[in-house]
Amino acid sequence: MPEHTFKLNGEQVTVDVQDDERVLWVLRDVLGVTGPKYGCGINVCKACTSHINGKAFNPCSVRVADVSEEDEITTIEGLPDTAGAELHPMQEAWLEYDVAQCGYCQPGQIMAAVAKVRQARAEGHSIREEDLDEIRNICRCGTYFRIREAIRAGEQNM
Amino acid sequence: MTSSDADHVGHFSLGRRRFLGFVLAAPTLVAAARVGAGEAEAEVPSNPQVADAYDLNDALTDAARPTANLITVQVNPDGSASFALPRTEVGQGITTAAAMLIAEEMDLPVEKVHVSLADARPELVFNQLTGGSNTLNAMYTPIRVAASIAKGRLLQAAAAELDDVSGTLTAREGLITSTTGAVLPYGDLAQKAAAREDSTVEAQLKPESEFRVVGKPQPRIDALASVTGKKKFTTDLNVPGAKPAMVCRPPTINGSPQAVHNTAEVLEMPGVTDVVPISTGVAVRAETFGQCIDAVNALDVDWGPGPVEGQSDDTVLEELKAATPPMAVPSVPGAKTLDAEFSFAFVNGSALDTNAAIADVRADGAEIWSSVKVPIAAQAEIAKSLGLPQNAVKVHVVDGGGSFGRKLFHDAAAEAAETSKKMGKPVKIMWHRVDDCRQGRVHPMSFSRIRANYGADGVISFEQHHASVRTDFSHGFGEAITNAVSRAPASGPVLSETIFELTQNSPYNFGPSKQLLTETHQSAAENQPRGTFNTSSVRNVYSPNVRCAQELVVDQLAEQLGKDPYEFRREHVKNDKFRTVLDKAAEVGEWGKSLPDGMAQGIAVHTEYKHVTACLVEIDCRPATVNRPIRNGVTGPRVTRGVFVTIPGQVVVNPLGMKAQIEGGFLDGMAQALTASVHLVNGSILEGSWDNFFYARQWNVPFDFEAVILPPDPNDQVSGGGEVGVAPSFAAVACAYARATGSVPTTFPINHNDPLAFDPKPFVPPLPPSPTNGLRYTY
Repeated sequence: MPEHTFKLNGEQVTVDVQDDERVLWVLRDVLGVTGPKYGCGINVCKACTSHINGKAFNPCSVRVADVSEEDEITTIEGLPDTAGAELHPMQEAWLEYDVAQCGYCQPGQIMAAVAKVRQARAEGHSIREEDLDEIRNICRCGTYFRIREAIRAGEQNM
Repeated sequence: MTSSDADHVGHFSLGRRRFLGFVLAAPTLVAAARVGAGEAEAEVPSNPQVADAYDLNDALTDAARPTANLITVQVNPDGSASFALPRTEVGQGITTAAAMLIAEEMDLPVEKVHVSLADARPELVFNQLTGGSNTLNAMYTPIRVAASIAKGRLLQAAAAELDDVSGTLTAREGLITSTTGAVLPYGDLAQKAAAREDSTVEAQLKPESEFRVVGKPQPRIDALASVTGKKKFTTDLNVPGAKPAMVCRPPTINGSPQAVHNTAEVLEMPGVTDVVPISTGVAVRAETFGQCIDAVNALDVDWGPGPVEGQSDDTVLEELKAATPPMAVPSVPGAKTLDAEFSFAFVNGSALDTNAAIADVRADGAEIWSSVKVPIAAQAEIAKSLGLPQNAVKVHVVDGGGSFGRKLFHDAAAEAAETSKKMGKPVKIMWHRVDDCRQGRVHPMSFSRIRANYGADGVISFEQHHASVRTDFSHGFGEAITNAVSRAPASGPVLSETIFELTQNSPYNFGPSKQLLTETHQSAAENQPRGTFNTSSVRNVYSPNVRCAQELVVDQLAEQLGKDPYEFRREHVKNDKFRTVLDKAAEVGEWGKSLPDGMAQGIAVHTEYKHVTACLVEIDCRPATVNRPIRNGVTGPRVTRGVFVTIPGQVVVNPLGMKAQIEGGFLDGMAQALTASVHLVNGSILEGSWDNFFYARQWNVPFDFEAVILPPDPNDQVSGGGEVGVAPSFAAVACAYARATGSVPTTFPINHNDPLAFDPKPFVPPLPPSPTNGLRYTY
């Protein structure tokens, strides 16, 4: 089988998998990295949201062959290191607002939130109501109110 | 302990209730309590409306009483305490509440209490069922009794250790301190306090007035695991050899595989290890789920028709209408009559964590891992289907990523067991989202007909006939209820009618009132597994639809009588608790404030699960809001503000957790009013994923929401919070929409009959191909 290599949470990893295996299954089934969750497999629920080179993406919809050696993938497990802390400020905010209910969508929500704040910053503004409305991650428990509060709080410390 | 002491169990003694528990022989201290022990018998009044006084919670709690089985709190050498909760955590916060109760009675920090989920314990019979928002109601006292006994034993051991007979030792934060300054951590006493033989002990529970932990906002005990990705759900578990497996499913609901034409070819695909037909489809096992998806889609299968082939939304609605008996109360001479009809579509009950289970079936036994809310039923049925004795099947209960009623059934666990047996290998079965949408359990479609007679002085009679596609209670919930219900008044011959009686009531004094449930799809053939639609007691069961219909009629009656909806409710509610919550909601939500055309407020009340509640919403139905574009999403009217007020019973263990449940319940109700349904066409459900099923999303969420928990009613029992938010929110949103648009909706959700907002995904092959363009959508 073809060999694929990329950076994952700060480490270079190499896997033997088919070219068209989606990155989500490489992470979960091959590497045992289970923070990114399955919720749809077609890039609509966003439960697997992770970062590629610092930007939010959904590994359920990317072939491993389309990820290169230099590409750096960060999952929820690697997020604290990007802030050089035990927890990323967004994770701290999630704890402060006790956002999670079942917790299934929350790794993806946090990864989306971090990317959304970075995106707003790049555009030269802080998080607005309409930015929050653009977040597509499903939470079936309905933690959306607390997610909105936590993102605003987490933004302050990012 | 004398026998006369035992006679006092559950009675008041010197102003404090005394309870019996146990110390069990074990290497470290283990204290125990009977589930349901010492609770006073519930009063069962004969009231015209059963649910007024004796509701589903009472029935479940009573059902638990005959079982003489134990829950245990163990003290560990590191000073922590462990407790295996015989319930299923699916996000509702019961593990946190259990930890708080133990921390309270033991005077231990909450973080030193470890709560896990107990495996199936068949000896518990009815006492291992998570449903009806009943966990805290049933477990509040037993958990405290066990924890209290543990602390008492630690104090005794400390007294012996310190040779201190003064009786003045105090326990605090996991430390026992003497007046002379000696300090002993619980951990040092865990073994010394252990018992060599079982004995009965009296527990003195801490008075609620002395609570330091219970009643204070407590973050979830699993919050850190959730935000770091470490919390494990079924598909995250690594059971040796349990490779990914999925099932190729039929195009129609509950169709069955007739022939597979290309098994050998699919077995040649990358990673695929096994292909076997099972009762629900054709199972494949591979190295990754990605390979399973490709294999499922490559299968060439002939399908037999399902039991509901030919049925569609309109045919089912006709059936429901036909099943609704004529109104019993005639028109009253001199009075006016208001007749109304409402229909409620099927709603997807799926959690984000799709149905999943791991099974390792061997010749002499089986092991199952899954998030199941009735693990004993899962164990019994799986054992039967495998031809094994029940105790040869171990069922490990896993944290669920949501349930909403879905996990009352063990559909994935049954499939995993059958698949593992046929393949002779362990499997990890996961349902694709499309499977969950199209073959998973739904909230049944229903139809409600209401007639109210009224005169100038008010409402003379109120009658509601509710017809529903049957709700499947075959998970064993039924046994608990039917067993208990012989003690409840007015028990009906049909289980669903009984549950309806136990949960449904009108909050209003409207003269003679009558409510009736009729269920369709109840023939003998339809009552078989997979015999008709796949339904379940989705969150809040009948109440969302029943109460939405009632509250819309209440608003119409108010209008006919020239009354303000809030004032009209105030005048007619059955008691002051309703008036209190109404007033609070009106105050916080600024009832009657001036709003632009196209915006309006709505208000509704509801009582269930030992709560009395009111909900007020503000909705924006102006075209600029309704038509705002969102890619692959439905916008529609936006609820801009929500206020939810409750008077709970007795004590709120964790107000932070209860508010979380109210927030989630509110959004559930809102979505069911506005956007969330599935469409049935010729025996198939069109919706296939979250881009088709329009559950509440960030762009639908109110900008402002407040949950207000008023002081609990000490005369009522402990309330559960998981479901109570749904019905009153649904009703309030519907009422607000009617007032904002000037037109009373009769179909729910309001957009159900609009042109479909999506292109249905193909049914054959069953799964949408995994996209490859994800890098185009990075941000």
